[in-house]
Amino acid sequence: MKSVSTPGEAARPVGAPVSRPSVTGHLQAWLPKLVLAPSVVISLCFVYGFMLWTFVLSLTDSRMLPSYDFVGFAQYARLMNNERWWVAATNLGVFGVLFVGLCLVLGAGLAILLDQRIRREGMLRTLYLYPMALSFIVTGVVWKWLLNPGLGIQAMVRGWGFESFTFDWLVDPDMAVYTLVIAAVWQASGFVMALFLAGLRGIDDSILKAAQLDGASLPRVYWRVVMPCLRPVVFSAVMILSHIAIKSFDLVVALTGGGPGYSSDLPATFMYAHAFTRAQIGMGSASAILMLGGVLAILVPYLYSELRSRRHG
Amino acid sequence: MSALEIDNVCKDFGTTRVLEEVSLAIDSGEFLILVGPSGCGKSTLMNAIAGLEPVTSGRILVGGDDITWRTPAERDIAMVFQSYALYPSMTVRGNIAFGLEMRKVPRAEREAAVERVADLLQISHLLDRKPAQLSGGQRQRVAMGRALAREPQIYLFDEPLSNLDAKLRVEMRTEIKKLHQRLGTTIVYVTHDQIEAMTLADSIAVMRDGRILQLGTPDEVYNNPVDKYVAGFMGSPSMNFIEAELAGEPGAYRLHIATEGEAALTLPWPTSRETPALAERLGQTVTLGLRPEHFAEEDTRLGDRAEGTPLSARVSVVEPTGADILLRLPLGDTEITARVGPDCQVAPDERLGLRVDMRRAVLFDADTDARLA
Repeated sequence: MKSVSTPGEAARPVGAPVSRPSVTGHLQAWLPKLVLAPSVVISLCFVYGFMLWTFVLSLTDSRMLPSYDFVGFAQYARLMNNERWWVAATNLGVFGVLFVGLCLVLGAGLAILLDQRIRREGMLRTLYLYPMALSFIVTGVVWKWLLNPGLGIQAMVRGWGFESFTFDWLVDPDMAVYTLVIAAVWQASGFVMALFLAGLRGIDDSILKAAQLDGASLPRVYWRVVMPCLRPVVFSAVMILSHIAIKSFDLVVALTGGGPGYSSDLPATFMYAHAFTRAQIGMGSASAILMLGGVLAILVPYLYSELRSRRHG
Repeated sequence: MSALEIDNVCKDFGTTRVLEEVSLAIDSGEFLILVGPSGCGKSTLMNAIAGLEPVTSGRILVGGDDITWRTPAERDIAMVFQSYALYPSMTVRGNIAFGLEMRKVPRAEREAAVERVADLLQISHLLDRKPAQLSGGQRQRVAMGRALAREPQIYLFDEPLSNLDAKLRVEMRTEIKKLHQRLGTTIVYVTHDQIEAMTLADSIAVMRDGRILQLGTPDEVYNNPVDKYVAGFMGSPSMNFIEAELAGEPGAYRLHIATEGEAALTLPWPTSRETPALAERLGQTVTLGLRPEHFAEEDTRLGDRAEGTPLSARVSVVEPTGADILLRLPLGDTEITARVGPDCQVAPDERLGLRVDMRRAVLFDADTDARLA
């Protein structure tokens, strides 16, 4: 049957029953909702439903298995007194700020350099983008070998004759979290570069010419004229990077395993360890809810200010 | 001393030569228009003057100083772009003041300049808006304001009106002309619109394939074109080109035009317009150039006192434009356009008596398109 573009369209043949178009019309109006309904139900149930369940569990004394003996906010109080939680939370702060910041700086820098109409640009672009094709597990393993003092960079430089060279962050409890930053930045900055490059290509060439004629040096052209045009790109990059940072789990597992000790734990690994291996489902749920709160606290104001300023041009 | 002198400038992109030994000079306060079809090198020449494209050879001088190898920032030149090229993140005020800020002009002076320019262009009420909140015409004014604020030695306009609608284009054209008359600025203006060229310019450079074909006043370029290309490019509707055989003798040349199904038409060539080149072409085919306005309707009341050479032709199409009527008539093996007064009463397929002003006609070589007379 041929579909009618508008339900109320008066294009039906003369003498056709009046009720039929109205039935198809109803179908037309309901079809999008029907098609979307399963995914709405699934996400309501498995995303928001489980969020709610996690919150409920965080208020109980669940340990190995879920129980429904409510203990109020006791699990949160335990969490606040847990030193390992604070290590994980501080690590997330360090890791998140450095990871997002370095990715933005490196990505923007690479994009600006690639945008200077250089030769072999397509090849370089692909090269920088390749790490994004790897999973964090592979990245973690590769960097684990590179950073292993006995196998990787340190062993190589010592092999060259610099006997006193030391690069053992992977096994140093104070520095282990920075190895996470190195690996994650290596993986994601090419992607940020691609975002910035697309943004740069969208800028009218004559704006750059006008700024040059106005007497601005190349760094000032980029700082004063181009970068302000790329605010939406920065917005998208920050959104994508911060959610990668907060849910980082596989990288930690593959690269440091949270160690040495628990010095490079992130909240995601903390939550996993407590909920699934240490039989502390209640405290694990509490930490998960705190992570959700952290995400909302950062993203909601940012989303609000960005979307509002865009609406006002 | 010329305000701007371009001396034998060549420009290659790889192996393609886009500017071929271009030379020109304009005086201070002059309005030069570079006109030509797309790809003729006019924008490349403009970019070379601005310093955005390095030239392959030749020199560019501004006020006697050789600026060929200076950066755009070191040249005292401002440019208005076709796309306006306003900085989207800055307000109108910021846009206008940016050039001054980059040149480290003190804040008070900057603000005075913004006020002066905004007043001049009547955009004072827009100063705190962002470019996205402006209409096309307003953006155009801001782009001009940005150039004016710096008071450079030379202004470059790169097809500034092409993105505006027809009505606004005519308004802004007048406005640019007024500004030029008032401020006496030196302007180089690129366009492909020959009407803009005719109305604005003190001098016009017609370009094609990287060369300047003719540099002259609008009147010279229009009435005294150097070749068939320039003659055809300037003027709308464009000049009619009719194949004709040159006959007669010095002092009494005639042009024979054979029209299918009609008696051959003979037009006398005015004695005052004879050139030595004509003698060599005797008996050969030449191209006669006649503009639509060189024709007029035969006025029977004047009788023999009427000026011009009479001819009669069958009208195939009548196109009234309001101000006048354009007629299409077969003549020779082409169909020509004639412009007659708005009260001409003629219907398609009727014969109409016309007078043609041969004193303003031009002759070209049929093979080389060069001007003969």
